[in-house]
Order: sequence, then structure tokens, then C-alpha cells
Amino acid sequence: MIGILPAMSSPISRDDVAHVARLARLELSSDELDRFTDQLGAILEHAADVEALDVTDIEPMHHPVPMSNVMRPDVVVPSLDRDEVLAQAPAAEAGQFRVPPVLGEA
Amino acid sequence: MTREAVVEPVLPEGWELVVGCEVHCELATATKLFCGCRNGFGDEPNRNTCPVCLGLPGSLPVLNEAAVAFAMQLGRALGSTVRGSVFARKNYFYPDMPKDYQITQYDQPTNVDGFLELPTGARVTIERAHIEEDTGKSTHVGGSGRIHDASYSLVDYNRAGVPLVEIVSAPDIHTIDDAKAYVAELRAILVTIGVSDAKMEEGSMRVDANVSVRPAGSDELRTRCEVKNINSIRSLGRAIEYEARRHIDLYNSGQAPRQETRHWDEANGRSTSGRSKEDSEDYRYFEEPDLLPLDATADEIAAIDDAMPPLPAGRRRLLTDAGVDAASAVILVDRGHDHFAAETIRVGGEAALVARHLVHNLPDGPGEVDPAALAALVEMESTGALSSTQAKTVLAELAASGGEPSAVAAAHGFEAMDTGELEGILDDLIAAHPDEWTRFVEGDRKVQGFFVGQIMAATKGQADGKVVNQLMQARLAG
Ligand SMILES: [Zn+2]
Repeated sequence: MIGILPAMSSPISRDDVAHVARLARLELSSDELDRFTDQLGAILEHAADVEALDVTDIEPMHHPVPMSNVMRPDVVVPSLDRDEVLAQAPAAEAGQFRVPPVLGEA
Repeated sequence: MTREAVVEPVLPEGWELVVGCEVHCELATATKLFCGCRNGFGDEPNRNTCPVCLGLPGSLPVLNEAAVAFAMQLGRALGSTVRGSVFARKNYFYPDMPKDYQITQYDQPTNVDGFLELPTGARVTIERAHIEEDTGKSTHVGGSGRIHDASYSLVDYNRAGVPLVEIVSAPDIHTIDDAKAYVAELRAILVTIGVSDAKMEEGSMRVDANVSVRPAGSDELRTRCEVKNINSIRSLGRAIEYEARRHIDLYNSGQAPRQETRHWDEANGRSTSGRSKEDSEDYRYFEEPDLLPLDATADEIAAIDDAMPPLPAGRRRLLTDAGVDAASAVILVDRGHDHFAAETIRVGGEAALVARHLVHNLPDGPGEVDPAALAALVEMESTGALSSTQAKTVLAELAASGGEPSAVAAAHGFEAMDTGELEGILDDLIAAHPDEWTRFVEGDRKVQGFFVGQIMAATKGQADGKVVNQLMQARLAG
């Protein structure tokens, strides 16, 4: 998901880390960027060790629990009390959450 | 949302339209996709929320089996391969999505490789139809009501987590009429199989159009723009035309459109620029760890196919095979009157007349008429026992209060006019209008209408126009 890894030395660039941090709405200092680039690089290097294994005949696993089709019946259960829900919000109005003006698409 | 016959707007010569549609439809389940909150349109804001659909920490999604069943039914109705699937997280921040990610399907959707056959015969490939959750609904308040001037927004999470299927077509659509027909056909299928009420005006069916243009004859795919906020089939046509012309104007002036999302503004008949489309990489999709994979067994798929009701394309074909013209077949199937039409034809009604009466004289359905009665009425009309005007009158009464066509016709005094009586009236008319008759004999067919009209007036509409025409032709031959 991080894109093309730069060759050798560091498996992830400082720019990649800054980009991912921005997407995650994290504000990182210059020191933090350096530190996390090293740390994430180490994690990726560790993950890359798996590439040394021959997995030709091994089915990819989607989930550690070997189950599928875990579903519930389509039956309505009571929802939360609206006043209680809205009381958790920083601001509410007319039964709705009040948020700063949003830009972009609705 | 009926199909309208319109004159196709023509793009400037030398350009071809390329359109793909992304249609989101809300599934008509009782509850949301991952929690037991009610899935209801028009409820008071935020009445249907819980820790799962509010994205509260520690809550876990549990998949709704009805949503999965509906999605698989839809997939089969679209001729798709239904297969095992995996849910994924699509990460982005927006106030109408409280978890800060949307649970959707990414590289392993439930339905792939389908198609839709349009009434025109065009075939549109459907690349995928995947399951995902809807977002909440935000309303912009303050300022002029436009997003940029809003002083704040209000968010209602009733819709957050409502099950959707997103149906993605290939860029196979090359005319505005076909784009409209595609959406109309999709809607007809959704309603037929009962998995969505597919109301564009209520937002339970939402259409985004990916529009680009290319030089006619080329097969390149140029930069496309995704037009959103289209809320009727009519505005789909307008939005596509506007966007295509905008692209052509840009190319003609040596520029090019940039890939972006645009918002259709129906009131002003134009689209405005939204955000530049994020790279899919920026959504940082990954498999949803809180949900297990879905399997689809051959038995399940066979059971879905067995239970599939007749679909619109097949229903139209049934009518055209029985002798109904293609345009009437489209209308009858859209209105759900096709079964009645087929039954009437089966018990002996002449296809063309049956279709004409149902399309033009019974737009709201047959009412109290049964197929046998309509077939009998059509028979009386085609043998000349009733004129078409009389048949229409009898039909209206049958639709309102039932009964036998012959009895209703008799009650109106609609006896078939004796041909001898008509001959007599014609003799009188020829004597009274010798000049007109001479013109008719010399080949001026326009005066034929004059004589038919005079005979209709003399008989107070009881004469059958067809019979009168035959009598006049017979005089020419004789
Ligand atoms: Zn809920």
C-alpha cells in the first residue's frame, strides 16, 4: 500500500512516512519523521524476511480464524437513546451532530 | 421515472461519447449491514444508531445475512459470476463516516463479470457489483446554503451503515439515450427482484457517471470526470451532455480536462469542480480484520437462480415473440402490465390491438377488465362489430366496472351498422357533394377523410371507419 519501495538502505522513504502521516491526519515533527522512518523501515525489513520462504503451495489466508459466512439474521434490535448519543458530541442541534463546515463532496 | 422518448442531443461531429456508470443502490433490508439498527428512510435524525454504526471504540460489525442474499440475487440477475468475497477498509476522513473508514469490498467483490441488455439491444458489461456500507447524511447550514459559505454542518447517522450494492459498468455506453436506458433497466431489475426500492428521488438509487470523449473511430480512453449528485434519469442525460461538451470545448481550445469529481447542479444546468480524485492508493485499502470471508457455494447460487423471477429483458422478449411491437413491450414491462398483455394474447386477443389498448387506453392498468374480456373486445373490434372509438368507450366502462364487452356495447346501443344502411348514407352524400366525389374518384385521397367524417356525423360515430373506407374503395373498383 505504500508504493514502490526505494532500493536498499531504507525500505521506506521519509517522504512516504510524511505522506502516510498526512493521510492519517498526524502532525509529525522533523525528529519524529526521522525516527519513524527508521522504525517503520525495520518493520518492513522484518516482513520482507517472509519473502525468503517458498509459499508456492500455500493458500493465502484472509483471517487467522479459519471460518467463513459468519452472519446474523436481519432482525431489528433497539438503537441507542438519541439524547444520550448526542450528549457525547461536542455540539448538537436539531437532533443532529453539529460539526465544522465541511468542504468537498457530501 | 418512466422512460421518455426524446430526441437524442447530438455531440459535435467527430467526437464519440464514452460513459461508464457507478450506481449505488440501498438494499431493502430491515436492518443495517453490520448492526441491528433499523434501515429506514425518512426516520427522525439519529434515531437509528448504535455503537457499531457510530464507530464507537470496541464495537464490532456482524454481517447481515439478508444483505448478502440480496447482493447475490442482484449479481445473478445481472448475469454475474457470484463468488467468495472479502471485505476491506477504505480509509478516509469525513464527518459523515464516523469510523474514519468505510467497509467495502475491494479486490475480491461478491459479483464480477455481469452484463445488462438494454431494450435497444445494446449490451453493457458490468465489471463488478460489490457490497458496502452507506455513509451518514450531512446538511450544510448557514451562508447561502452552498458548501463553501456554510458556517457549519449537521450530521445524521441514520443512513450510516445501511447496506449498498455498488454496480460498476464498463465504459461501454456511447449515447446519452443508452446511459438513460441503462439506469432505467437497472432500476427495473432491482424492483423486479425486490432487493431495493431504487428511488432516485429518495436517494436509495444514486448514479455517478464517468464521462469522457474521444475522436470518433478511436478506441482510446481519455481523461474522465466523475459526475455526482445526479438525482433523476433526466438529469443524468443533461449532466452527461454538459460534461461531454465541456471536454470537447477544452480539447478544441488546446487544453484537456483533468481527472476530478464534479457536482451536477440541476438548477443551473452545469457541473462544478469538486476535489481532484485521490489515488486509490491513498485510501490505504486493507482487508477488514473484524469480518470473516464470505463463501458462495454452487448450491446457494443454484437456489438463487431457481427462485429468480422473470426479468425485464425476458419479459419483453415474451411479448415481442407474441407479436407485440418492441416499443410497446418496453412500456408494458415498465408498467408491469406485460403479464396481463401476454395472458390476453394467449386467450386469443390480437397482439397489436391488445398492446395498443393497454398502452394508450389503460395506462393505469386493466382495472376490472380480465384478459378474456379484453380479448373478446379486441375480437369485436377487429371483425368490425365495434368501431375503434366505440371499443375505447366500452373498454373504459369495462375497466371501471367490469362486465361482458358484448353486453356493455349493447347497453350503449353500439350495434354494428348494417352495411346496407351505410351504403345508403354514402349514396346520399355522393348526391349532396358531387364535386368532392369526383375529386375522390380522380385520385384525391384527401377528400376520403371528408366522406368518412360526414358518415361518422350522420351515424353519431357508430359507423366503423374501416368499413366505410372499404365501401368507398369498393365503389372505385366497381
Ligand atoms: Zn447501528
